Amino acid sequence: MIETAQQTARTLAGIDAYTGTWGYKEVIHLLRRTMFGAVKTDIDYFLNKNMLDSVDELLDPSSFTPAPPVNNYNSGRLTDPDIALGDTWVNGPSNAGLNNARMNSLRSWWTGRMIHQDRSVLEKMTLFWHNHFATEMAVYRDPIFGYRYQQLLRANSLGDFKKFVKLITLDPAMLVYLNGEKNSKRAADENYARELQELFTLGKGEGSKYTETDVQQAARVLTGYRINRTTYEGYFNPNLHDVDDKTFSSFYGGKTITGKSGADGEKELDELLDMIFDKEEVSKFICRKLYRWFVYYEIDAAAETNVIEPLAAIFRNNQYQIKPVLEALLKSEHFYDVVNQGAKIKSPVDYSVGLMRQNVVDFPDENNLVEQYYMWTIVSQVCALQQQNIGDPPSVAGWQAYYQYPQFQEIWINTDTLPKRNQISDVMMLAGVSRSGQKIIIDPIAVAEMFSKPDDAATLVQDLINYYYTLDVSTDQKEYMKSFLLSGQSASYWKDAWDDYQADKTNNTLKTIVNTRLQGLLKYLMNLAEFQLS
Amino acid sequence: MKRRDFLKTTAPFATLPVLLNGLPIHALGSPDTMNVLSKAFVNTDHVMVLIQMNGGNDGLNTVIPTDQYSNLSKARSNVMIPLAKALVMDGVDGTSLHPAMTGMRNLFNDEKLSIVQSVGYPNPNFSHFRSTDIWHTASDSDEALHSGWVGRYLSHEFPNYPMGFPNSDMPDPLVLQIGSVVSTVCQGVSVNMGMAISDPSAYYQLVTGNYTPSPKTNAGKELDYIRQVAGQSNEYGQAVKTAGEKGNNKSTKYPTAGENSLADQLKIVAQLISGGLKTRIYVVNINGFDTHASQVSATGGTETGNHANLLSNLSNAIDAFQDDIELLGLKDRVLGMTYSEFGRRIMSNFSLGTDHGAAAPMFLFGTSVKPGILGDNPTIADTVAVNDNVPMQYDFRSVYASVLKDWFCLENTEVDSVMLKTHQTLPLLKDTCNTNSSTRNELRKSGDAYVMNYPNPFSHSTTIRFESTGGHILLQVFNPQGQIIDTLVDSEVPVGEHSVAFTANNLAPGTYFYRYQNGEIQQTKPMILVN
Repeated sequence: MIETAQQTARTLAGIDAYTGTWGYKEVIHLLRRTMFGAVKTDIDYFLNKNMLDSVDELLDPSSFTPAPPVNNYNSGRLTDPDIALGDTWVNGPSNAGLNNARMNSLRSWWTGRMIHQDRSVLEKMTLFWHNHFATEMAVYRDPIFGYRYQQLLRANSLGDFKKFVKLITLDPAMLVYLNGEKNSKRAADENYARELQELFTLGKGEGSKYTETDVQQAARVLTGYRINRTTYEGYFNPNLHDVDDKTFSSFYGGKTITGKSGADGEKELDELLDMIFDKEEVSKFICRKLYRWFVYYEIDAAAETNVIEPLAAIFRNNQYQIKPVLEALLKSEHFYDVVNQGAKIKSPVDYSVGLMRQNVVDFPDENNLVEQYYMWTIVSQVCALQQQNIGDPPSVAGWQAYYQYPQFQEIWINTDTLPKRNQISDVMMLAGVSRSGQKIIIDPIAVAEMFSKPDDAATLVQDLINYYYTLDVSTDQKEYMKSFLLSGQSASYWKDAWDDYQADKTNNTLKTIVNTRLQGLLKYLMNLAEFQLS
Repeated sequence: MKRRDFLKTTAPFATLPVLLNGLPIHALGSPDTMNVLSKAFVNTDHVMVLIQMNGGNDGLNTVIPTDQYSNLSKARSNVMIPLAKALVMDGVDGTSLHPAMTGMRNLFNDEKLSIVQSVGYPNPNFSHFRSTDIWHTASDSDEALHSGWVGRYLSHEFPNYPMGFPNSDMPDPLVLQIGSVVSTVCQGVSVNMGMAISDPSAYYQLVTGNYTPSPKTNAGKELDYIRQVAGQSNEYGQAVKTAGEKGNNKSTKYPTAGENSLADQLKIVAQLISGGLKTRIYVVNINGFDTHASQVSATGGTETGNHANLLSNLSNAIDAFQDDIELLGLKDRVLGMTYSEFGRRIMSNFSLGTDHGAAAPMFLFGTSVKPGILGDNPTIADTVAVNDNVPMQYDFRSVYASVLKDWFCLENTEVDSVMLKTHQTLPLLKDTCNTNSSTRNELRKSGDAYVMNYPNPFSHSTTIRFESTGGHILLQVFNPQGQIIDTLVDSEVPVGEHSVAFTANNLAPGTYFYRYQNGEIQQTKPMILVN
């Protein structure tokens, strides 16, 4: 038997700045990859700018610190003795009995940050780093650690990667998750030391040749870190630190990190990171992960040479600042190459959050914060149903779709998850989700009204195809789509129905006529395979 | 029992382009259409249930080598199970099970459980992700394969899947994963053979047909894939739903739903098999075996804690499932097998846990297994270094090959073709294919020495004497980390006694292992190099 792989066209384009057309397709491509779904108002906004300014704006979030999650859980059943409804719990005090409620609050709030994101790459990068420096709430089980962990991700998402690695090493959620807080001179626990190299910095590519000895020596360097549960910060306890010398393999040039006693023991971590970051492979590994996140899962020889290597050089030349790498990638002719458009399968978060955003679904506002959080929770739960539970990835390697040969992103779609996706869009289209007088539902008329000629069936169908899909569909299929609006009549039938409704928006009979027809069309559009691509 | 059927796909050539819900033919590569019509496959009603124990199971605390208790206690005192608490098995001296595994101990005593000792592969990889890939693809340690061994088996039997499927001979999914992620183990040569379901009753009709032709681009490739899944969801989803409605469960041993995820998954499997689904392989998971810290309870005794809970869930789930299968009258049709990406190291760490290791035991269960323990306890040295591992006795691919040959009834050449090279088969299963597989029950436990060395300890060189029963002999030397130091014999050797010298060039003093393999006879022994 022979291993086979289907060959399709690839591009030789590199990271020279893209100078081609700046049109609808390019804008939508940039927005789909840097945000969760491309929304009509954002598309129009960036169509009025040029590519360079658009990328600059997306890389310049207005704030890295959104207002924190609040108590949404006070009810007859559960009462927080310290924090009032609507006030934030992130500064403590801790309360073990409220851990579940607060973790739910955090996950809900996080989903809310994505649904209501501003025009920036911030939330997509926060999720990227969550997938990279993966931790599981179900393991560390502390909502305040959870909040601090993801604020760390957000605050450093575009900054200094080397500093980021150090901060994550000392992060309480990570110290619990990979047992750093239990790593002791008496018998080192290797868990963090291994993943620091295998998953966080060097990877397992050709250029990464660290050995088991290196794992064990790094584990010894990392002995002595503990958590202060009052300040929620990691700290170094010299008494638990292994003060003997640590000698590494030839991959690291046989380097010895001299054992240090007392407070100086903490300096060994900097030496360890210096030693790791001396390997060029770190820059390549991170650029490959960014590439898989933003462009496509497959990195062929041309992409490695023309994209990964020059990006990695930019990364190193900028002292491991993340933003210049993203800037070069998102402005590159490679990124905009037509073969890279529409070839990503939407992740569950892309699918679900994008579904809400593209269809301008109205969420309850802060005056209804209990229901607001509830509706955000619904969205996070449908993501979890599709196997992407934010806050709880399946393992420290993150979600399999970003690393597992040979399936990669196809892992998201199978006979269990594809029917679920269809059910989700159908429910959001037809019934919505209601509680306590609040409701989230797709309003197909509001969607149609975003476009310039909703009264013209052919134009509306084409506009929706362009909005939801990357690939166009056949003339036959467009005719079929139009038939949802025309119900066997001529095009003027739809125009009349639309115009009648526009002339008298309070008339429920007229509204129902256009609403049911648009529901059928939108539901069908979102049920086709084309809608799963991004 | 063993016969080959020709697929009765009668679709004339002209209709092939719309075989699968109008899926365009180029979506599936360029199939040899005649092959669809002429391919013979083994007709079998045998079912295998694969249980993946994610995270790397601590084999030494699962199947405890109590004859090594003293040395083992020195290396892992803080996680060591009290000898008095370990479960003794009927007729077995020197090996016990973890105290949480009463269900599996009872299966052992009822001759429905087989334990294979120290299963691994040469040059172990300690990354979860790489080692999982190795177990799923059945590759060498340094080899990257993209297809899974189950996927290759099914590609071998049904080479043009999904072209022409489902059909009257194979109306059901080839392999079902209970859950929402399809494992790499199901990856076939060109497409994934697996179907995922989390609830057999949740059938949801998808829009199929009337497709716009997909472009020959990356986007077009993904579009074809999604359309294919949509077609399978409709075709197979209905079959699964029907089987779920027809099937049932009879055992009262299952825990309450939601308490034991593995038991919940296996309950669905039993339901679907009893409902008449012809699916050959089911894949289920139990997570959480990466017990770096708090493997045992700090306060409640080392026989309690996370690992005890995991093994209790494993054991209870398997026990309930086997009970169910028997009550449903399916006992001759179902074989179960567990695996984990690696074992854990001999020496424990200070966080009441154990770090990534190498070889560990596998379990096979059902009324068709040859019950008992295959292989010897690992030998634990008096002094164990932090990175010393349990040396492998059996290659995991020999276990897979045995299942293919003796459960799925493939010929040796076919087994080699699926496994991509020759792996010796092992006496794990009763003769269910009417083949003349030799049985060597007397070899199943330690005792017979087919290989030994002298002198031992040795200072520079030693002589390894071995007996050949004829055929191929493999004699390898491993260091304590499991890496191959030398291959002393790898050839056909005539029946009789033979010897070969091993010279320790530039090796540090310490314990080394030599592994002897002559067909199904596989033994691993320690030897000590001194200055």
